[in-house]
Amino acid sequence: MLSYAIRRLLIAIPTLFIVITVAFFMMRIAPGGPFDQERALPPEIEKNIKAAYDLDKPLIEQYGIYIGKLFQGDFGPSIKIRDFSVAELIMAGAPASMQLGLSAIAIALVFGVAFGTYAALRQNSAVDFAVMGVAMIGIAIPNFVMAPLLSLVFGLYLSILPTAGWGDGEIQYKILPTIALALPQIAYIARLTRGSMVEVLHSNYIRTARAKGLREKLVVNRHAIKGALLPVVSYLGPATAAVMTGSVVIESIFGVPGIGTYFVKAALNRDYPLVMGVVIVYAVMIIMLNFLVDMVYGLLDPKLKSH
Amino acid sequence: MSDNTKTKKGLVNGLLKSSRAFVLGTALIAGSMTMLSSTYAHAEKILRIGNDGEPQSMDPHFISTVQTSRISDDMSLGLLTYGPDGEPVAGAAESWTVSEDGKTYTFKIRDHNWSDGVPVTAQDFIAGWERLLDPELGAEYASLLYIIEGAEAVNTGKEGAKLGVKAIDDHTLEVKLTAPAPYFLAQLTHQTAFAIPRHVVEKFGKDWVKPEHIVVNGAYKLVEWLPNVHTKLVKNDKFYDAANVPIDEVIYYTYEDRTAMQNRFRANELDVARDIASEQISWLRDNLADSLRIAPYAGIYYYAIRTDKDKFKDVRVRKALSLALNREAITDAVLKTGELPAYSFVPPGTGNYAEPAYTAWKDLPYAEKLAEAKKLMAEAGYSADNPLKFTLRYNTSENHKRIAIAAQNMWKQIGVEAELFNSEGKIHYADLKVGDFEVARAGWIADYNDAQNFLFLGEERTGPLNYAAFDNPRYNELMLAAENEGDLKKRSSLMHQAEAIMMEAQPYIPIYYYVSKQLISPKIKGWIDNAPDRHLTRWLDIAE
Repeated sequence: MLSYAIRRLLIAIPTLFIVITVAFFMMRIAPGGPFDQERALPPEIEKNIKAAYDLDKPLIEQYGIYIGKLFQGDFGPSIKIRDFSVAELIMAGAPASMQLGLSAIAIALVFGVAFGTYAALRQNSAVDFAVMGVAMIGIAIPNFVMAPLLSLVFGLYLSILPTAGWGDGEIQYKILPTIALALPQIAYIARLTRGSMVEVLHSNYIRTARAKGLREKLVVNRHAIKGALLPVVSYLGPATAAVMTGSVVIESIFGVPGIGTYFVKAALNRDYPLVMGVVIVYAVMIIMLNFLVDMVYGLLDPKLKSH
Repeated sequence: MSDNTKTKKGLVNGLLKSSRAFVLGTALIAGSMTMLSSTYAHAEKILRIGNDGEPQSMDPHFISTVQTSRISDDMSLGLLTYGPDGEPVAGAAESWTVSEDGKTYTFKIRDHNWSDGVPVTAQDFIAGWERLLDPELGAEYASLLYIIEGAEAVNTGKEGAKLGVKAIDDHTLEVKLTAPAPYFLAQLTHQTAFAIPRHVVEKFGKDWVKPEHIVVNGAYKLVEWLPNVHTKLVKNDKFYDAANVPIDEVIYYTYEDRTAMQNRFRANELDVARDIASEQISWLRDNLADSLRIAPYAGIYYYAIRTDKDKFKDVRVRKALSLALNREAITDAVLKTGELPAYSFVPPGTGNYAEPAYTAWKDLPYAEKLAEAKKLMAEAGYSADNPLKFTLRYNTSENHKRIAIAAQNMWKQIGVEAELFNSEGKIHYADLKVGDFEVARAGWIADYNDAQNFLFLGEERTGPLNYAAFDNPRYNELMLAAENEGDLKKRSSLMHQAEAIMMEAQPYIPIYYYVSKQLISPKIKGWIDNAPDRHLTRWLDIAE
């Protein structure tokens, strides 16, 4: 197990390097640059600006400069939000995104597993259909519909929560964005759990457990749940990375000071250093969480334990 | 069976309990965050503005969006500044004189201080301009000062170049221009012409604009900038006219989502929303009529025709395309937000200009325009069997798309087959700049209130920004003559003649004049709609 973990961590380094390289060149191959806009710049001024950002050098040299600075922990300046470096922007935005993401995924895990299990234990009953129907709607309704709806109902009509904003980070500002982030996850996890739980409940080892005369509660809590959670756990890795790096929809609708907006805005603005910055953050999160998932998998799945 | 149910209930209860623990945990984290976050002493009057874009920088030399200049205008006082109605008024300069040839300006700098108590001098303005023009700084908007003698040479790194400005003493500034430019005074309200606090910039370098270092000479001072959330400014007590500034604090909230901004306004969480969700315009007209403000805005929405492509070299084709566009249908049925149909390139009411030169056929009924367009197309050799085919390009936006579809259908009536091609903004403008298009959507918003700032787009020497590659010798001549004309009336007439040529040749098809659309709470006093859409917080007040 330990050597497996070390091996996995070592592979992570070249993986990250490849991601950085591919992202760097893909971004530059995209047509249009940071200074192509409605108000085109006079050529002499564009020349000055490109020189200020080293964008006038050959691409491969720019790549060398970028990697060199990266090794010194310098992510470079943001081209479009001049007063901040990329590192400053990410440090400023990451806490909000991660806080919301973690809360949302925690809530989703608890409710999703509960609903999924509940439905599985009443397979094909009215309750099952109701829970799964609601979950299906939860998956089908996109965030950009759900979020403004929540804001409208709770913020404007009922006036019990702020429509949007972050205030000084008080909890009332976080409730709606967290719920909006969690809802589709709850739905997805509930469906995953139900599916695998139904399958597990029909498997041989559960039959054996029941045949031993174990009480149903123990069968579910001690044996079935472990197996049923496996697909949920593998889903959790990428899902957590995705919600913790922020959602552009949720952030722009609720005015959350996260980093999710940068994924889209920086790419559209061709703010090269900022795009690279968020790509690196996302890649690191994915790699780390997948690693964690694999470790947890090892603990849950007896077949993997021996390896 | 019953035993079974109990078990399941137990399980669910357990899970619910643990979920409570999660929620509680989240609450605790959030609560502690609140306690840690900074709080400010509550000011009496706080203005909350929804700003429709994240600011770029607090450094005037790096600002090129209106969303940012709104903030910077509150913090810096140019030699001239925007008055309550958006017109230029005396700012850091209390008075000025202009030489007879209109090329030398002498400003008397007002006796006033930076927010740290250091006096503002003529040298601070020179330092600002020299910094803006320094090629190494790479300022996007440096060309706006090219009217100053030597500015272009300095900015392009010419050896021995020197800026034609002089500090006669601490409070007297002399500026020499390359031509008598009546718009120069209006240009001084722009952030490119602001002074910089030399003593602070030298000490902190590019970090001088951080809230802990920044020093300003305007009515408000930056105290906090949370990216993607807000920029908070408080009143500058050292401002020369602080006694007449009623609002103590102004917060610019960043909202790129128009609906979200509008909802916050409706929930009384904002006093001003600088843009509206246009698709909800009829609801707004019915329900928020006392807050909704739609006013002419110094900008033009147009289609550029690449005149150097063979199929568009014939002026009859360009004219027919323009004639066939039913602008009234576009503004009244497609947009519905108060935009005005455009038949000139310079919007009416633009500074230093009489009535614009409208197309000769402006007032014809649409049926007649259409008939004329069909006739012109036939004369140009196009018919049902031999239709004109081209691609109309636009950048991603719901409205651009709707207008393009409307145009496509209107052109179909005169036998034109236009194919629509949509691309993301950056790609669109990169292609426009190198002339890789046939007909394309573009827009222009004036940097300063002068007709020249629209008409230069048709000059050959303008280069890539002349998207149509329009090259009419007479037009170029007239514009050059206007530049060197000191007499305002004669200058206006020269530009009018130039515009008449452009409207006859139609390298650009004007479609509509922009309007500003915003929500202003009725309790805000002193908000005067104006074409430059400038509303400095120092002129506003909040009714109790």
